Amino acid sequence: MAKLHVSTLINGEPAEFLCEPYETMLDALRGPLGLTGSKEGCSSGDCGACSITLDDRLVCSCLILAAEAEGHELRTIEGMAHGDKLHPLQQKFLEMAALQCGICTSGMLVASEALLQQNTRPSEEEVRYWLAGNLCRCTGYDKIVRAVLETAADMREQEIKEARQ
Amino acid sequence: MNLITNNKWIGQRTIRPDGADKVTGRAAFAADTTMPGMIWGKVLRSPHPHARIKGIDTSKAEALPGVKAVVTARDIVDFPIDKSVMLGIQDMRWMCRNVMAREKVLFPGHPVAAVAATSEAIAAQACELIEVTYEVLPWTIEIEDAILPDAPILHEFMKFEGKPSNIAGRIEVKKGDIAQGFTEAEIVIERSFTTRPVHQGYIEPHACLISVGADNKTTIWSSSQGQFMVRAMTAYLTGIPQSDIRAIPAEIGGGFGGKTIVYLEPLATLLARKSGRPVKMVMTREEVMRATGPTSGSKSTVKIGAKKDGTIVAAQGTFYLQAGALPGSPIRGAVGCSFSSYDIPHVLSVGYDVLSNRSKVAAYRAPGAPIGAFAVECVLDELATALKMDPLELRLKNAARQGTKAAHGPVFPRIGYIETLEAAKAHPHYKAPLGKLQGRGVASGFWFNAGGESSAQVNITEDGNVVVTTGHPDVGGSRAAIANICAELLGIDYRRVSVLIGDTATIGFSNLTGGSRVLFASAMVVTQSADKVIATLRERAAKIWEIDPDAVKWENGAAHPVSPNAGQFEPLTLAELAAKAPQMGGPIGAGVQLNTEGAEGGFGTHICDVEVDPELGIARVIRYTAVQDVGRAVHPGYVEGQLQGGVAQGIGWALNEEYIYNKDGKVDNPGFLDYRMPVCSDLPMIDTVLVEVPNPKHPQGVKGVGEVPLVPVMAAVANAIHDALGKRFYSLPMSPPRVLAVLEAEG
Repeated sequence: MAKLHVSTLINGEPAEFLCEPYETMLDALRGPLGLTGSKEGCSSGDCGACSITLDDRLVCSCLILAAEAEGHELRTIEGMAHGDKLHPLQQKFLEMAALQCGICTSGMLVASEALLQQNTRPSEEEVRYWLAGNLCRCTGYDKIVRAVLETAADMREQEIKEARQ
Repeated sequence: MNLITNNKWIGQRTIRPDGADKVTGRAAFAADTTMPGMIWGKVLRSPHPHARIKGIDTSKAEALPGVKAVVTARDIVDFPIDKSVMLGIQDMRWMCRNVMAREKVLFPGHPVAAVAATSEAIAAQACELIEVTYEVLPWTIEIEDAILPDAPILHEFMKFEGKPSNIAGRIEVKKGDIAQGFTEAEIVIERSFTTRPVHQGYIEPHACLISVGADNKTTIWSSSQGQFMVRAMTAYLTGIPQSDIRAIPAEIGGGFGGKTIVYLEPLATLLARKSGRPVKMVMTREEVMRATGPTSGSKSTVKIGAKKDGTIVAAQGTFYLQAGALPGSPIRGAVGCSFSSYDIPHVLSVGYDVLSNRSKVAAYRAPGAPIGAFAVECVLDELATALKMDPLELRLKNAARQGTKAAHGPVFPRIGYIETLEAAKAHPHYKAPLGKLQGRGVASGFWFNAGGESSAQVNITEDGNVVVTTGHPDVGGSRAAIANICAELLGIDYRRVSVLIGDTATIGFSNLTGGSRVLFASAMVVTQSADKVIATLRERAAKIWEIDPDAVKWENGAAHPVSPNAGQFEPLTLAELAAKAPQMGGPIGAGVQLNTEGAEGGFGTHICDVEVDPELGIARVIRYTAVQDVGRAVHPGYVEGQLQGGVAQGIGWALNEEYIYNKDGKVDNPGFLDYRMPVCSDLPMIDTVLVEVPNPKHPQGVKGVGEVPLVPVMAAVANAIHDALGKRFYSLPMSPPRVLAVLEAEG
């Protein structure tokens, strides 16, 4: 059977690829698209290391068929920084040592960004439940939760500053 | 010695050298690398817990279009089963049988054959075409069954007390006269405990990419806790000399001890050699759960005798640990660490290594020590209750200190256990009020820590910056700490120091990342290398100034003349000296290789609050404080992270994690959904208190910190649940069904 041809927008850029009908979006990202920032920890949607957004919705890319991406817009960890300028979440994770081995970090950051896009003032509990689908075995989550809460506070402050100018 | 003050970089929360790559998805982990012409390897695994292999027919698989190579145990170097060949702490006769079943399959998931094909799908299909003829044998899973006289025997040649047995070994540590000790006791408490095997739970499955040339020259990209371990084990199991193997450490997505042995590398090497193509292998999560790790389940009995004033006079422990299907459970950690936190005159601690038809255990964070501590620290809690003593006071009264001869042998130098107890006692957490159905528990823990072989190279670049290469995979920020130390020694900004992990061809032998040894050992070799570099820099400045090198000091990143020439010459910076290097004697750099010594043991004391829902049986940790003597927090953020991560793993071990076996002897929960590790919403913030009692035998005062924080956790949680419910739990995990069972049984 011939491979399927899929056209998408990935991190703002048009992207086309070929896939088998049974392949997941994660397979396509890590394979033909060469975007290995999304990680495969379980391939069953339990670890969240492959988190991406599909039309702004947070999903596990291992639970989406690659062919389903046709005509949709995806964002991955590779699209989070603007050129050499890190996203505030990325910078905060570095400053607060919110990663150890780093295998969950891509998914954590993508999931955290999705949270802050819809909730600029999350409580600790809201962060914890939002990130409950992203496993981390190294950090005990403490520094990750703190980094997300601090980034949210910084971004609110930044918005207030920008509104004043 | 005061190492704590006057440091510019040691103790700072700097940005880790590998940080930007890890927050942008650029860092290359084991499964992220590909090669032109690469094909895919896949393992055929045993469906049976125990069976003799009567024959393997690979002809149909080999005939499938796209299949490029098939290997079986016949392709792997055979180490006869009754003759020990040690490589470090691993016996190659077990390792060769763990990577590929030889005479028998010993657990479900045991590799039987491996295939390389042009796609993963074809490789999987080819595995199904391999015909294995098995003679299915009776099997045994649990310790209590495996040690029965009529239990199915895994290795017929193995004898215990003269009879074929699944007890593969026994060790003991002894101090004083245990019988005499108990006659002196005025109160004796003896309890039995069980713990279940738990997996290390790294999120990155094992993976490798291997290329073998026609001349046997082999390149391995894989994620492990030691590229030199990968090289050596692959060499032993394939027969390729170590000098022909270059093992390149990929970024490692968690190990916790579980990546201190090889699983895939020898198979992929043989497939790559046979096929002439680079071979990539990646485990699924199910394969990780069925065939790698975990740490042992255990059955233990601990008996402690004390005077009425709380002075412990005698302690005895018996620990049965599951090895899995091949010998090697961490009995040394259970037996050796369990009583080492206390100054006890009479100790007898015995451990048994028990085989059964489970996957072979692998190291897991302070291997064995948490199992021992769970039993000992729970009995101490009961002792404190019986004596109406505060549990921290009881520990303080008996705490090991400088000069104490530990049960496992050494006499402790200056250690910080008492400081952790005092810090815990003084912490606001210890006095905070508790609500209904809430309880508080404390527990302590000890881990040996380790030194061993390390190599480093410190080179000055032509533009006057620094490249440091060490030989240890960085599992949790060790590069950041090395950058801090090197910047401190050379007196330059830490951002001018680049820290790399060398491969086996570019850095000298370095033992693996384990035993909490990495920063201890690599800081030593980096310090000695930097000292040599500084000596060279001083000599160069002296030559330029035409003065004696002893009249030059290195300070703030520059050479300065000292008396009698002080002030006569302008300081020469690192950059200036680097620029003059070609004219002044050549490149500047130095390397040191050492077998490091002086890694002193580490101690921690934890406070845990739980709240129990008696309707659902859910025990939830609502507050946690981990106090630890960390020697010296070179990068406090990553030291705290070690404590927090260890605590989270311990909470999982205490409350939920376990393998569930079905009636066919197979694991029923080989995935993250059913083998449920703590998720973000299960845990509270984890507070840490870093007590810094510098290691007197280390240039920066460093002690290992990574393993201690797992040791006390299970007992701290169990003691907290007792405080909340008034009921003792002697078995892990204290999961909702078990909590409910205890509540219902006792009304």
